[in-house]
Amino acid sequence: MTALRTLFDKVWDAHVIVTREDGESLLWVDRHFVHEGSHHAFRQLDAKARGVAEPDLTFGVADHYVPTRNRPMIADATIADMVRRLSDNAQRHGIKLFGLGDPLQGIVHVVGPELGLTLPGLLIVCGDSHTSTHGALGAFAFGIGASEVAHVLMTQTLWQRKPRRLRIDITGTLAPHVTAKDLALHVIATIGADGARGHAIEYAGAAIESLSIEGRLTLCNMSIEAGARCAMVAPDETTFAYLRGRPFAPEGAAFDTAVAAWRELASDHGAAYDRKLAFDGTAIAPTVTWGTSPEQAAAITANVPVPGDRSDAATTTDALGYMGLAPGMPLQSIAIDRVFIGSCTNARIEDLRAAAAVLTGRKSRVPGLVSPGSSTVKRQAESEGLDSIFTAAGLTWADAGCSMCVAMNGDLAQPGERCASTTNRNFRGRQGQGARTHLMSPAMVAAAAVAGHLVDIRDLPPVEH
Amino acid sequence: MQIFSTLDAIACPLGLANVDTDQLIPARFMSRSRAEGYGGFLLHDLRFTSDGGARGFILDDPRYSGAKIIVARRNFGTGSSREAAVYALADFGIRCVVAPSFGDIFAANAVKNGVLPATVSEADAEKLIASLGSGTPKMSVDLRAQEIRVAGDAIAFNIDPVRRLQLLNGWDDLDLTLRHEVEIAAYRDRHKFDSPWSWPNQS
Repeated sequence: MTALRTLFDKVWDAHVIVTREDGESLLWVDRHFVHEGSHHAFRQLDAKARGVAEPDLTFGVADHYVPTRNRPMIADATIADMVRRLSDNAQRHGIKLFGLGDPLQGIVHVVGPELGLTLPGLLIVCGDSHTSTHGALGAFAFGIGASEVAHVLMTQTLWQRKPRRLRIDITGTLAPHVTAKDLALHVIATIGADGARGHAIEYAGAAIESLSIEGRLTLCNMSIEAGARCAMVAPDETTFAYLRGRPFAPEGAAFDTAVAAWRELASDHGAAYDRKLAFDGTAIAPTVTWGTSPEQAAAITANVPVPGDRSDAATTTDALGYMGLAPGMPLQSIAIDRVFIGSCTNARIEDLRAAAAVLTGRKSRVPGLVSPGSSTVKRQAESEGLDSIFTAAGLTWADAGCSMCVAMNGDLAQPGERCASTTNRNFRGRQGQGARTHLMSPAMVAAAAVAGHLVDIRDLPPVEH
Repeated sequence: MQIFSTLDAIACPLGLANVDTDQLIPARFMSRSRAEGYGGFLLHDLRFTSDGGARGFILDDPRYSGAKIIVARRNFGTGSSREAAVYALADFGIRCVVAPSFGDIFAANAVKNGVLPATVSEADAEKLIASLGSGTPKMSVDLRAQEIRVAGDAIAFNIDPVRRLQLLNGWDDLDLTLRHEVEIAAYRDRHKFDSPWSWPNQS
């Protein structure tokens, strides 16, 4: 009898080339995504005078540094140089590039799934921590550093030690206005920003099964903020329906063959996990961050914590000092200066629809930027008229890129400014030096824009006619 | 790769939890060439104001001048996969970070650059932070013995055994991988036969 295996075990086993006595395994990489930030790795290749082992399995995407306005002009010479360096490296090594100006360009973690480059059962890496996103389709996907990027480019393989397996069950149904983002923030606030360190998460349960692919991508994306090595959802009918007809996915009979293989990936009934956690999905409220780590999050109905009430009083005091918040003040009394809707976390079509639904017939009290996750998402949103809703509300509709999530491309918040953001990291200075970030769902960001302060979307007064 | 065996050096108690890689090197410096050296960018915005003035951050305290070791609280190096965070540490002269836990990707990146991520218990981290703050900020780290010695105390630390050997021997992953070229080629053929769908449809 074969041993019972989890989804993660099956994908891991299928990619092991050799396992050394010390427990490290050499794994085959099915997809490798590179971006402008991969320049350090390409330089390591040049230093070793080696080429790219599998250019057909390597894809370049310009996202981190690309401007989101006035394309294809790039005003800043350093940024222009970063974008050009990626093009040069892609061309030199025969790598397909979705560069600035390409109709399929976008954020790597949005582009991969929407083009069908991301598939169930694949091992996917990228020099970006949010590569965990791709696990939403049942892939084993994780972020790596520049030295590992260079190693994958040269060999299409990577040494890894098998992580422990953590199953997180979300039971019940999420309440109205509660999204995958709220779920992710709730889990991280509960287990900590290192709560899943060294673990491969598998999300399961009724609330996960009923999530759309977009929602699953958001959830797996945020799992790195709990320190997880990767996160996965077993591929199901929702997954197969999402993938059918995507440009780089198998076609026709090959697709059906693939689906048959993907159906086998689900965890065997009774398979063992190293750790199991369960959350009641019905009990989760819209959730926002108040501090400088994604674990510093609470339900929107709560107050800013009082440091003395917590075991990490010094860290809390530090965070509140940076954020300019008074202990015990209601989260809903926090006034904001701007909003950002975008990033690999929450800039897919469903996210933009959710934000637009709130903004329809309403005005934003603060300036803000809406950057779709990809050029494909942008076209879709415009065909649905979402861009007009954002601009009528007073927000700026821009092109696709990492934009204000990482603030490398010139889009940023000013020192001291407070931004309600659909992104993944509320780190100090992440959205610009001295900028203060509150993470939340797209609908909650839109609601905050309308109110001018953090607000419970469930209490937003109806649009006046 | 730079070998690590023992280190006797000044150690700076950072005393912060969740020092993310955005703190270790703010994103705006990452377009610079490594040849310029990344040491000046280390923890830049915690050390300097926007007009370049010193904030009096502990790393710049003359007491810890020349520090090669940092002691921090939990979840050091969390966040972005940017290896530049390790370049900033290494170029500043840091060879070892001691903390109760590390971001996974950061720890892997550190070892590849000859920087030791030494894991200690929360209690030991607190003890070290307190002792470095009051006594002589000198510490010795012995990777072979997996032991930190400070002010007459010996504290055991943890590190993945493979990473320990890599640091002790200066092994480069690529050299280890190239020994398996035959197995890699055989795997590739088998994988393409077993899972043809795993190659992208380029039609």
